Amino acid sequence: MKNDPVDVLIIGAGASGAAVAWSLADTKMHILCLDQGGWMNPAEYPSTGRDWEAKFFGEWSSSPNVRKRPEDYPINDDNSPIKVVNYNAVGGSTVMYTAHWPRLHPSDFKVKTLDGVADDWPIDYDALTPFFEENDRMMGTSGLSGDPLSPLSHPPMPPQPLGLSGPLIGKAMNKLGWHWWPSDTTVATMDYEGRARCINLGHCTPACAQGAKASTDITYWPHAIRAGVEVKTHCRVREILTNDEGMATGVVYYDKDGVEQFQPAEVVIVACNGVGTPRLLLNSVSGKFPNGLANSSGLVGKNLMFHPYAQIYGYVAEPTDSNRAPPTCLWSKEWYDTDLSRGFVRGYGVQFVRGAGPVFEAVVSEQKGILPWGKDHHRVFRKLNGHRLGFSAICEDLPEEHNRVTLDPVLKDGHGIPAPRIDYTISENSRKMMDHALARGREVLEAAGATDLCVNSPIPWGGWHLLGTARMGTDPERSVVNEWGRSHDVKNLFIVDGSIFVTSGGVNPTSTIQALALYIADQMKQRLANLFD
Amino acid sequence: MSGSNELTAAQRADLRTVAAMIVPESAEYRVPGADDPAVQADMLATLGRDTAPVAQALDLLAKLAGKPLAELDDAKRDAVAEQFRASGGAAAATLVRVVLQCYYRDDRVLRSLGLELRAPFPKGHVLQDGDWSLLDPVRARGGTLRRAT
Repeated sequence: MKNDPVDVLIIGAGASGAAVAWSLADTKMHILCLDQGGWMNPAEYPSTGRDWEAKFFGEWSSSPNVRKRPEDYPINDDNSPIKVVNYNAVGGSTVMYTAHWPRLHPSDFKVKTLDGVADDWPIDYDALTPFFEENDRMMGTSGLSGDPLSPLSHPPMPPQPLGLSGPLIGKAMNKLGWHWWPSDTTVATMDYEGRARCINLGHCTPACAQGAKASTDITYWPHAIRAGVEVKTHCRVREILTNDEGMATGVVYYDKDGVEQFQPAEVVIVACNGVGTPRLLLNSVSGKFPNGLANSSGLVGKNLMFHPYAQIYGYVAEPTDSNRAPPTCLWSKEWYDTDLSRGFVRGYGVQFVRGAGPVFEAVVSEQKGILPWGKDHHRVFRKLNGHRLGFSAICEDLPEEHNRVTLDPVLKDGHGIPAPRIDYTISENSRKMMDHALARGREVLEAAGATDLCVNSPIPWGGWHLLGTARMGTDPERSVVNEWGRSHDVKNLFIVDGSIFVTSGGVNPTSTIQALALYIADQMKQRLANLFD
Repeated sequence: MSGSNELTAAQRADLRTVAAMIVPESAEYRVPGADDPAVQADMLATLGRDTAPVAQALDLLAKLAGKPLAELDDAKRDAVAEQFRASGGAAAATLVRVVLQCYYRDDRVLRSLGLELRAPFPKGHVLQDGDWSLLDPVRARGGTLRRAT
């Protein structure tokens, strides 16, 4: 079935798709967004029920392979120590994330110049500054301006309270003379743009029933739709088609009834994340593009970066916030920049964890072997529950071509589309960084008086950040898109998600992903008259 | 009968026994064990997608025990449990998780832990603002952002 053509077709309604849709809406072009998921219903979010913690192990798992909702596609990540986690819906993985909101640092855009590794980005931090600010207003951020070791931001809302856990961490960091600061987050600490303020439901990651945590279904999308953007849900795109001139003509997708449709478009924008985007491009094979679309460089799917997480946690005598607060509240940039005396290049950011709920504590502690079976179970559980403090290092993952996304030859989704296959190893540099982080985390936790320290390195289900698989650059032989997000090979094809990252930095990337999407939309608007030249 | 939607009577009996081994009743803390009928009923009613791996884990337990777990003496049962945990893999982990996730939402257990008997939403929780002067040393140390010149 063929639909009426649109000016702009956006594939994916998550973090970047929503931002680019909203920004382009003021052009008054006919813009359509297709998403494989649907609209979320906050009344069904886990924190509305007594079984809120159990749901995270099943239908609200962060892993699509565990969750297995009809909107999810399987991912073969057997050959990776880090498993992909995501969410598929309008809002994408902003429905299910911790809302931690650091930006990449200026130095992250110039790693080759500064440290002689990887590549510089074709743009710098200053080019993104106005878009970071615009995005912070749209998503609604909270935080405390003035962090001496982070890029200057101006969160429109005050920071989250320190609670019980924050001062324990702050005192320990002060004792050691190390940097810490309240995190910028997208948790609304006051009523903001129709969103109710945070009431500390605690279980933020698998969606916020209060609507205090920003997800694009409640931030960008209402604005974009009011401005005329159309969203079609439960539409899974199979491939992007091209004509003899090598221009994209539209996409083939399966609608909510499973019927194959063709959607013609003048411009196609891909916003499917660092796994979904290469999957789609590699599945868009034609005589003109036998190795997948936009892949003359051979780099589509390569250079996958995850951010290996090195986590250490322990238990203090004092009560912590447990599940009674957003899980993250503080960060540290003490080890963010390169110091070669540490034995590795680049660095890591730290996010501190306030605690965990009782079911999570019991399940994980039993698995770790610190919560026994039998008569001592109750005594030990009372020592652990409500006393956890955590230190998680987000280690910069440098691009390596052997870390990659390809199409699985066997595994397919419910529509018969090949599933992505992940081949990934943690580099020696990352291993050293992770070990360094664990040693520092141990010092911090011991300074806080914590005992029974446990380690997750890497966090196995920690593949939140999907980056680098369609990198940007000025050289068509060494990059997939140019410095404003347009494919080198297909002049009306744009990519706006985390796959265009050149390097990963050592922080959660969503803020930067969205700033980049707004930047690309702005570049497109400035070039509308000669967009395809 | 691994893979079925329901557990057999023998599997349910072993589930009760192993649940009590994981979390026994405690007079000291005034809590039931995980073999308590209400906790067991919760497990069976909410097994859902976990039914197959739990059944698989119970099949392994039965194989290791050679007879109903409840009929083994304490030493033999502990030995079986040790083997089960060492060799049961994901299925054993699922069984233990099912026991714990149902146990730690039981009203009597939550009350004993001093926790409220409710979902987080809509009441939420109140957080202390905390002592912001703790940031003074960080401000005093200052710092600069690294940039390419």
